[in-house]
Amino acid sequence: MVDYPGAASPPFRLSMLIYDRRYRSLTIQAVVFIGVMLLASWLIDNTLRNLAIMGKTLSFDFLFRRAGYDIPQQLIPYTSDDTHLRATIVGLLNTLQVSILGCISATVVGVVVGVLRLSNNWLIARLMTVYVEVFRNIPLLLWILVILAIFTETMPPPNAYRGENPAASMVMFDMIAPTNRYTAVPSIGMSNPPGVIALGREGISWALIAYAVVLAAAYVAHRLLRKRAKRIQDATGRRPSTLWISLALYLVPVALLTWYFGLHLVPPVLKGFNFAEGLNLDNAFVVLWLALTLYTGAFIAEIVRAGIMSVSKGQTEAAYALGLRPRRTMSLVVLPQALRVIIPPLISQYLNLTKNSSLAIAVGYMDLRGTLGGTTLNQTGREMEAMVLMMGIYLLLSLIISGGMNVFNSRVKLKER
Amino acid sequence: MKKTALFGSVTALALAATGAMAAEGDTLKEVKARGVLNCGVNTGLVGFAAPDANGNWTGFDVAFCKAVAAAVLGDATKVKYVPTTGQTRFTALSSGEIDLLARNSTWTFQRDTDLKLDFIGVNYYDGQGFMVRKDLGVSSAKELDGATICIQTGTTTELNLADYFKANNMTYQPVNIDSNAEGEQQYMAAACDAYTTDASGLAATRAAFADPENHIILPEIISKEPLGPAVRHGDNNWGDIARWTLYALLAAEEYGVTSANIDELAKSSQNPEVQRLLGSSDDLGKMLGLDAEWAKRAIKAQGNYGEIFAATIGEQTPIGLARGLNAQWTQGGLMYAMPFR
Repeated sequence: MVDYPGAASPPFRLSMLIYDRRYRSLTIQAVVFIGVMLLASWLIDNTLRNLAIMGKTLSFDFLFRRAGYDIPQQLIPYTSDDTHLRATIVGLLNTLQVSILGCISATVVGVVVGVLRLSNNWLIARLMTVYVEVFRNIPLLLWILVILAIFTETMPPPNAYRGENPAASMVMFDMIAPTNRYTAVPSIGMSNPPGVIALGREGISWALIAYAVVLAAAYVAHRLLRKRAKRIQDATGRRPSTLWISLALYLVPVALLTWYFGLHLVPPVLKGFNFAEGLNLDNAFVVLWLALTLYTGAFIAEIVRAGIMSVSKGQTEAAYALGLRPRRTMSLVVLPQALRVIIPPLISQYLNLTKNSSLAIAVGYMDLRGTLGGTTLNQTGREMEAMVLMMGIYLLLSLIISGGMNVFNSRVKLKER
Repeated sequence: MKKTALFGSVTALALAATGAMAAEGDTLKEVKARGVLNCGVNTGLVGFAAPDANGNWTGFDVAFCKAVAAAVLGDATKVKYVPTTGQTRFTALSSGEIDLLARNSTWTFQRDTDLKLDFIGVNYYDGQGFMVRKDLGVSSAKELDGATICIQTGTTTELNLADYFKANNMTYQPVNIDSNAEGEQQYMAAACDAYTTDASGLAATRAAFADPENHIILPEIISKEPLGPAVRHGDNNWGDIARWTLYALLAAEEYGVTSANIDELAKSSQNPEVQRLLGSSDDLGKMLGLDAEWAKRAIKAQGNYGEIFAATIGEQTPIGLARGLNAQWTQGGLMYAMPFR
């Protein structure tokens, strides 16, 4: 085999596909690729042919038919007259809601527990170890069922709050009523409502927009203030105190708006069978959220602990030598470096949490699996279509999360110059 | 990695579909070769299908499985009971996991056509009702405005409930549950004010409570629920066997053939219809691909329709259902066997 630069390559012969190292790997790849494609096409063809034998053709028409069933948890208006497509979207939004909130709370729990597990306080460190080991080593479904059982069996039913001498009483200044169906909390009422913008069947209150605008303005002002403080610090070495001005920037306009709109809390009132007027936080959602948070939080705690331990002790000692206090050492020196180790496994925990949210069916929380993969699938009998669609949506969701986190990862990872 | 997962899922789907192909053939031949009838039943509804203290399945639907097994295989015990939920039942049937679905399933247009099932008849005329605790002080379903209601997901009851509350301009909060056992648990913990399912199912559920007297079934029946066994669409011979087994049980009651007097009647009955039914004259079984005494064995297994009803869900049992619509047509009911000739 001539292998030096400039050598004329020998004429190509068919046997070289096997005996020549330069072509062999190509041959193997081509064979494997063709094999995989054949397998895939056989599987798809087989599936379609079998469906045809059963008299079922692949069709997504069912998505535009009337759904006819109700969904307990809905983020956008939905009635039984809407289509299966809208039911699917309602389910998807429920999945997103519990996943996003779950990821946030699991991260908070995970970071706190992970740091505390490394604490010098023996008791705290051991307690955290127990939490991590217990939650990490028992299947999530069991945790969901246990927490649901606790909520259903120990909380009073709403009518226990009824009568002269009720068996249960509301907590927190008669504002919150935990029941075995939901936790009734106060809703926010306005005595001077500014009206709503209609967006299809959904309405957005002007008050919400006003708050958003005010908070955004306060944030911009806050950044300008800090820039100015930094400029002064760079010039004179003395940083002017910004705390009180920043606080005022946020709080004063918010307080003014609140006063103007007449915002107040409306306590839940028992009306008929259930609490009304307030906001009913569905136990199904709370249970699922809690279980996902505690379960994934235990995994994240271990990831955080590993990340922190990967930062060499010399870094901490150097920070101490410079006079940084332990908390600032953690937040300025250790955590930023630990993030590089933490982020990649954290992504897979987020993905796990999102996929695990499909266990919602166990508590009757109507997520994507409950609507599209549950009732819709059942009422229409379109198993294949519903499953394919559901798998596609979960795949897309996971790829989006993964993509987003990878962007974040590339921003925190070690920059090589 | 992601690709692997995708291929894996496609494989799984395709394998499920392959299973279906196997089931497409001649069900009768398959059941005979297997020696066992795979019968889809409820996961546990006392009176209709539930394992007793010894783990033996008993009940109204189970009795039908036994009758078919006796007719086809000659042995009422050659049944494998496959518990199915409201969600899994039709898939289990169309994928070939079960040969026959006897699981209080409502005969509807869409299930008969779009889901490619064949309902072979009605073995119980039912309607959807509500059960509440007595101390709730509710005496009519019209008073349930704003109530929290437990409902089995994937059932026709889910759709009826939505329609009923909409038609009466009332609101409700559904609690979706997966099986009757879970519904019972939620209802007992008062996590829902009312439990809704077919009235017969409510009676059966209530019978299993420790304090059945504290629960009432509201008078409103909000839907028609003709419950019947189903087979796959397309295997007409198998459908005929199941259908005529059901008619044999009904006809036996009509002509007074019981499990006690059947042997005697087979020899001595002068009624030509009974003779044909029991295989003493003509050979109707042959036309089904069975032997002459198929119906005799089916009736002997658990008795005629009336005997089965009385033994499993009738007024003498804890479930205590009256015959009502399910009486023979001669008694003012809807049960009407087609002629055996």
